[in-house]
Amino acid sequence: MKVTFKAYAMLADHLPASARSTNALDVEVPEGTTIVDLIERFGLPRKMCHLVLVDGRFVPPEERAGRVLRDGEALAVWPPIAGG
Amino acid sequence: MGWARKILRVDLTSGSVKSEPLNMEWAQQYLGQRGLATKYLVSEIDPKVDPLSAENKMIMATGPLTGTAASTGGRYSVITKGALTGAIACSNSGGFFGAELKMAGWDMVIFEGRSPKPVYLWIQDDRAELRDAAHLWGRTSWETEETIKRDHQDPQIRVASIGRAGENGVLFACVINDLHRAAGRSGVGAVMGSKNLKAVAVRGTVGVSGIRDFKAFMAATQAAKKVLADNAVTGQGLPKYGTQVLMNVINELGALPTRNARDVQFEGARKISAEAMHEKRPTDGKTHLVANAACFGCTIACGRVSQVDPGHWSVQNSPKYWGANGGLEYEAAWALGAADGIDDLEALQVANMICNEDGMDPITFGATVGAAMELYEIGALTKEQIGVEAPFGSAKALIEMAHMTAEGRGFGQELALGSARLCEKYGHPDLSMTVKKQEFPAYDPRGVQGMGLTYATSNRGACHLRSYTVASEVLGIPVKTDPHVTEGKPALVKAFQDATGAFDSSGTCIFTTFAWSLADLAPQLDAACEGGWTVEKLAELGERIWNLERQFNLAAGFTAKDDDLPKRLKTEPAKTGPAKGLVNQIDKMKPEYYEVRGWDAAGVPKQETLARLGL
Repeated sequence: MKVTFKAYAMLADHLPASARSTNALDVEVPEGTTIVDLIERFGLPRKMCHLVLVDGRFVPPEERAGRVLRDGEALAVWPPIAGG
Repeated sequence: MGWARKILRVDLTSGSVKSEPLNMEWAQQYLGQRGLATKYLVSEIDPKVDPLSAENKMIMATGPLTGTAASTGGRYSVITKGALTGAIACSNSGGFFGAELKMAGWDMVIFEGRSPKPVYLWIQDDRAELRDAAHLWGRTSWETEETIKRDHQDPQIRVASIGRAGENGVLFACVINDLHRAAGRSGVGAVMGSKNLKAVAVRGTVGVSGIRDFKAFMAATQAAKKVLADNAVTGQGLPKYGTQVLMNVINELGALPTRNARDVQFEGARKISAEAMHEKRPTDGKTHLVANAACFGCTIACGRVSQVDPGHWSVQNSPKYWGANGGLEYEAAWALGAADGIDDLEALQVANMICNEDGMDPITFGATVGAAMELYEIGALTKEQIGVEAPFGSAKALIEMAHMTAEGRGFGQELALGSARLCEKYGHPDLSMTVKKQEFPAYDPRGVQGMGLTYATSNRGACHLRSYTVASEVLGIPVKTDPHVTEGKPALVKAFQDATGAFDSSGTCIFTTFAWSLADLAPQLDAACEGGWTVEKLAELGERIWNLERQFNLAAGFTAKDDDLPKRLKTEPAKTGPAKGLVNQIDKMKPEYYEVRGWDAAGVPKQETLARLGL
């Protein structure tokens, strides 16, 4: 199945160079792939994955290892950031 | 004592200046800056006064930590009755001006009356005098600062001034200090302009003395700095990416008000984000972002320094914009960008520079442009009326409207009134995205419910900086709450409002609160000031300030009906994203909020609430 992986701010350094100008790329993943699986596939440091959204909805840290991604979903990850 | 214990009173009508002792009884109840200056203002003016009349007063106020070794201790605020809103106004600014004022030995300056001719106030330590500003009138903030420094042959003078917008009666004019920092909202610059006061220039060499317990103060401020450095947000995220990093976050959440809040997601968000500011441009191979920058004493350094592409059509013939300059923050990038459907980062930076140069609030300006664009799209305004084709997405229209508003020409004179008056005039009042006539900022209350209550109840009109529940509802600071639910939000909003009032009265920056709580602020204040400044006393201080501001607004004629959101946010559901189908449920949250506040059903503080707070 296909999902979209998005990584922002300094986490974009872990994306392939071709995806850095959009912060996003579509990836083929096996059924049953979890959020943590995909984050580890791209080598993002777990402790830097502060804000994790699936289709814009927040997933708390304790649910990320068990949350299975579904076909067409977008996983977006940010380090600790803030604005105002 | 962190206080200088001295205020400067300037009667612009007679031209007199005099020193007065600070009311130390009030300082114990209202601390400084926002709280203490509000107490002075409400004690001295009629709440029903015309904001642009001589009877209104304007106060520039520091906090007890301003000018000290406390991190971010460079803040000052401008307190007055707002020109845009007619409500209490308190606009907070960083940079270096506030610290300089304090180091000249003054806690605050109260301006009253109206000068018969343009003047500026020159403060050199304990000496102060009004000087002729005929040669400064008609000039931008940038020219004004440069001229004053040259006239005095002193580059270390700090200047707060109005640009042409403040002179021309733009109702959302700012006070600009240090070229790029602004006391931005509610039209405090319009009040300054109405008084014929062009600038305040200050050189302070006295310093801040009399810290109550110097050893404890150094320990407390160092410990608090370590908290900021060790926190990933204040230690890494904000310095590297600035507030602009929120652009993609809020867009992903479906809470980015787009095209005058017709939409909640902007397809061009990535192009105007912090990430884009770090990328090399294809045109000249340079990044938009040059460096980050810090205000006085700040150990976070979230400020942006940017350099526009000199080949961009908007500045090709304007070399004054080519150098490194104050860069886009999140709110400005949103208001000038997504709110108008514009994804041209260079154009946004140019519009941002014009706002700084001539002193305009980019939030209200950008959102007003968005409203004008919608009026244009529905045929309520024409090209002939505006002077330019103005569909959503037109960067050319944005730049032209920025120039015409700042310069007070043509349709700019109508944009200068803000979107509430503009939309009313052209028969579509519901298209103004305002509360109390002030435009709401970059978080759509359909996707972040608490921000709806924040906007509706903000004493200075729609604003994110009175209770930034985004911290909790989006970023999980201090705890994560669900942005789509209303349960618990009234208490959350109250807690944020009260804590913010304490920070805004201290002289430190609200951005410290991504790492600090009142427990980090209290020891710093307590070491600096007499009075036993505990967490509990600070929370009560914030609540007292909130109710004092509320009382002023009620006396000025505001009622519970004004604690409301634009109809669009309550009746037109979000079209896309995770909040699809949602509207803001302000009517559900408001009664509970009044209850939590100790107010009656009409939003009036109950006697027991006032008595508890000593009001």
